[in-house]
Amino acid sequence: MNPGDLFILSPLVLIAAGAVLIMLVAAFYRSRLVAALLSLGTLAAAFCALPAVYSPKVAHVTALIVIDGYGLTFVGLVLGGTFAVAVLSYGYLEGTNEQPEEFYVLLMTACLGAAVVACSSHFASFFFGLEILNVSLYALIAYARRRSRGLEAALKYLAPAATADAFLLFGMALVYCKLGTMSFFKLQDLLVHQDGPIVSAGMAIFFLGIAFKLALVPSYMWAPDVYEGAPAPVTAFMATVSKGVMFVFLFRYFGELGSNSGNNLFILFSIMAVGSMFAGNLLGLLQRNVKRMLACSSIAHFGYVLVAFLSGGSLASAAVTIYLTVYFLMTLGAFGVIAVLSRTDREAETFADFQGLAWRRPWPALVLTTMLLSLAGIPVTAGFLAKLYILAAGAEVGRWALVVLLIVNSVIGLFYYFRLIVTLYLPVDVQTRAEFPYIPAAARVLLALLTLFVLFLGLYPGPLVDVGNIIKATV
Amino acid sequence: MTLVWFVLIPVLGGFAAWALSSLHHRWARWVSLLALAVDGALVGDLLTGGRTGSLVSGQGWLLDVHVAWIPQLGISFHLAVDGLSLVLVALTLFLGIMAVASSWAEISERVGFFHFNLMLVLAGIIGVFLAVDLILFYFFWEVMLIPMYFLIGLWGHENRLFAAMKFIIFTQAGGLLMLAAILGLYFIHGRETGVYTFDYVQLLGSSLSPTAALWLMAGFFAAFAVKLPAIPFHTWLPDAHTEAPTAGSVVLAGLLLKTGAYGILRFVLPLFPQASAEFAPIAMGLGVVGIIYGSVLAFAQTDLKRLVAYTSVSHMGFVLLGSFAGNQIALQGVIMQIVCHGLSTGGLFILVGALQERIHSRDVAVMGGLWTSVPRMGGVGLVLALASLGLPGLGNFVGEFLVLLGTFQANWKLALPATAGVILGAIYSLWFMWRAFFGPQETRWTISDLSLREGAVFGAIILGLIWLGLKPQPLFEVTTSWSARFGEKTPRVEAKAVERSGGNKHRFVLGPTAAISRTQGSQDSNEPR
Repeated sequence: MNPGDLFILSPLVLIAAGAVLIMLVAAFYRSRLVAALLSLGTLAAAFCALPAVYSPKVAHVTALIVIDGYGLTFVGLVLGGTFAVAVLSYGYLEGTNEQPEEFYVLLMTACLGAAVVACSSHFASFFFGLEILNVSLYALIAYARRRSRGLEAALKYLAPAATADAFLLFGMALVYCKLGTMSFFKLQDLLVHQDGPIVSAGMAIFFLGIAFKLALVPSYMWAPDVYEGAPAPVTAFMATVSKGVMFVFLFRYFGELGSNSGNNLFILFSIMAVGSMFAGNLLGLLQRNVKRMLACSSIAHFGYVLVAFLSGGSLASAAVTIYLTVYFLMTLGAFGVIAVLSRTDREAETFADFQGLAWRRPWPALVLTTMLLSLAGIPVTAGFLAKLYILAAGAEVGRWALVVLLIVNSVIGLFYYFRLIVTLYLPVDVQTRAEFPYIPAAARVLLALLTLFVLFLGLYPGPLVDVGNIIKATV
Repeated sequence: MTLVWFVLIPVLGGFAAWALSSLHHRWARWVSLLALAVDGALVGDLLTGGRTGSLVSGQGWLLDVHVAWIPQLGISFHLAVDGLSLVLVALTLFLGIMAVASSWAEISERVGFFHFNLMLVLAGIIGVFLAVDLILFYFFWEVMLIPMYFLIGLWGHENRLFAAMKFIIFTQAGGLLMLAAILGLYFIHGRETGVYTFDYVQLLGSSLSPTAALWLMAGFFAAFAVKLPAIPFHTWLPDAHTEAPTAGSVVLAGLLLKTGAYGILRFVLPLFPQASAEFAPIAMGLGVVGIIYGSVLAFAQTDLKRLVAYTSVSHMGFVLLGSFAGNQIALQGVIMQIVCHGLSTGGLFILVGALQERIHSRDVAVMGGLWTSVPRMGGVGLVLALASLGLPGLGNFVGEFLVLLGTFQANWKLALPATAGVILGAIYSLWFMWRAFFGPQETRWTISDLSLREGAVFGAIILGLIWLGLKPQPLFEVTTSWSARFGEKTPRVEAKAVERSGGNKHRFVLGPTAAISRTQGSQDSNEPR
């Protein structure tokens, strides 16, 4: 470790410093606005540091952290996602009974954890980052602590997450005892040749732990409950940043292995992919709560990304990059609309709340419509392009079974997306109409930008495809 | 650039209609009408203008726009028009104007949003008829569904949400299978030639193994068979047609179904000539089953809209039958049938909609003896019903006759039962007239007859049908170059057809087919057989 390394780590350092700064400022001067501005400033500074620390050469900072184009791209995505969540939570926390400043501290630490996971190259740093993220999330989920639902959700997250951590550690221990290394780069090479029962069992257990974080089959059951109970901006964070980095990590080190159809892991991931698509979409059909519905949709969407993961052809990494980016945009947009129409004491989340939204609040309804169309993969929106890339990645290597199952699932998914879309345009039901709060200007701008991005990338995806191809070169 | 305007004008018109509707409802209607009229004028100029010469002799596209869109994947923004597309675009705009006019009084809520959706559907349909890049085609194919979903789901009748959902799920499932087939074709072609492209013209020459071709064709056929609809993928249609508002039904029956037919003509047959020749007996069989099944079910309906919907199934059976017959006469018949079915069924839906506005029911049981109170409606209904049953002198006759003629040459065993469909058509059409306008009077209705606006709508439709029935030549001339070029692409079936008819096609030189035999004659002299 030398000063040069410290410079390379500066995006991570900046986030950590920001968390401390907000905490210190809050100790002397409590203000929601100041805390929000400080966190936004921190995120922006860290974002600006990304191009500065980038170099074509992969930088290994100690054995724990690796800084390369791939990691930095996704740290950028994490920062962007957290930025959006910070903007959304400003209005959401208005009039809360709690102290809103610590919310931003926790958000910064969660962001830090996510960034560390994206850059980790060692079991220790991976687990370390994951735990920073998890512990921050426990508190964030229960932030509105006077509401029983938040507490319930936090407990429902805590217990399975702790179990999943145990799985991860146990898996790591088994692999380490056989292969004698905790570095993912070394592991990557060793795993190709070594496939003994202990290593296989260790990896399988490890991936089950990861499946929990990604809410994949078989450990997806917590997601609808927790997403429903958590404050809407936190749900947005969990659905995007916290899941996204796990996938980024998985794809970086195990993409090659997982897409080798001769490998046991291929079978494991295939089951996860197909199971998650079906579980998410079929559960989505049953939901009457928009947050739960989006949780189910998010389970299914990671099943879709796994199809690209399992394809592993020349298009796979571009497909993963594009899909994750687009997924971030549309999920933040969808949860963002819920967040701006909610306050800590009352959230807009049932279908009845959203009935006739288009005639009462046309702009949020338009945003939500765009996002849902994008989630359903309808052209003009970026969701179509992303799905096209995944289908192309699958078709390229002839994984027709997965492609057809993805198509079947897209069709099932249409049902609940369109049910919500049409609800937005039905006549307003006077009896059940909900009161919607004022939407701060920043949140309006954010939602407008997200919508424009989704439409722009749907119509002119060239730039994003280029980024995807650059990532392809670096993996 | 003209082609881009074809699509863009309805889109802009839709946005303008929505924006201006906040001033007054009528603005949405007038703006939509204006936009469609301007677009229609552009198309009309192309149809009748100086370029017509190239339409008749034409090799290749009449106009085309080609811009790189996602070059990384070989996707381009490629619109092109030939005779076939141009006729269908013209039909789209004509029926679009009829749809706006027919919903003038029916739609009173959220008028701006209604017209926005209507214009977007029309833009999507025009895009489908013009796109010659497969991804762009899929793009428009999907884009037209969403506003259609809104039209059915928001302004439809009693069971609208169910019908809208069924519609979108059926059509999307078919569409996504087509997307998978498109990708398959893309990668196979790319591996063969090293050129990864979605461009229709380049993909035309792909050499595919018979198995691959059959699977890929099945993917495309799935999408088009759902849209057409072919038995057994038709179950969404009666629901969607019945529940949709009048304009929605007109667009569905008159145009959306035609995109399925167009897809078969433009993509399935030319891209997979060998596979579709092998598949032809099955497809033609489905067509015949559709003709008879649709007629029988139409006869059994008491809901007028459902009745008309099932007649569509029957008529589109002719389209499927003729498309796979593989000879030029049948193809010309298919195009005629497409256009005339659009006019006559669109007209019938507008008539049923007008009746529903007045008596608030579509149930034939409460009708009967309406002729005495609304003679003008009765007259219009009679003409449309006669068109639908294929009375000589109206366009539908020309279409059905040519399809049967062509089918007879290709496969007379299937032509025989298909001919029975014409008789069944007469039964249900006349039954419909008898139940609604004649017969015993259940209730004494005192309702207003056709207004000036409605009279103009029906007048235009009926004039069109009579014109196409008496002088189909212009339509054939516009599309001959397409069907002739296509005819060369299916040597096997064509040769067989010639053989069966004893090499003497000229025996069938009757009025409407004169043009066809003329052009064929010139071809024959060019390339000795």
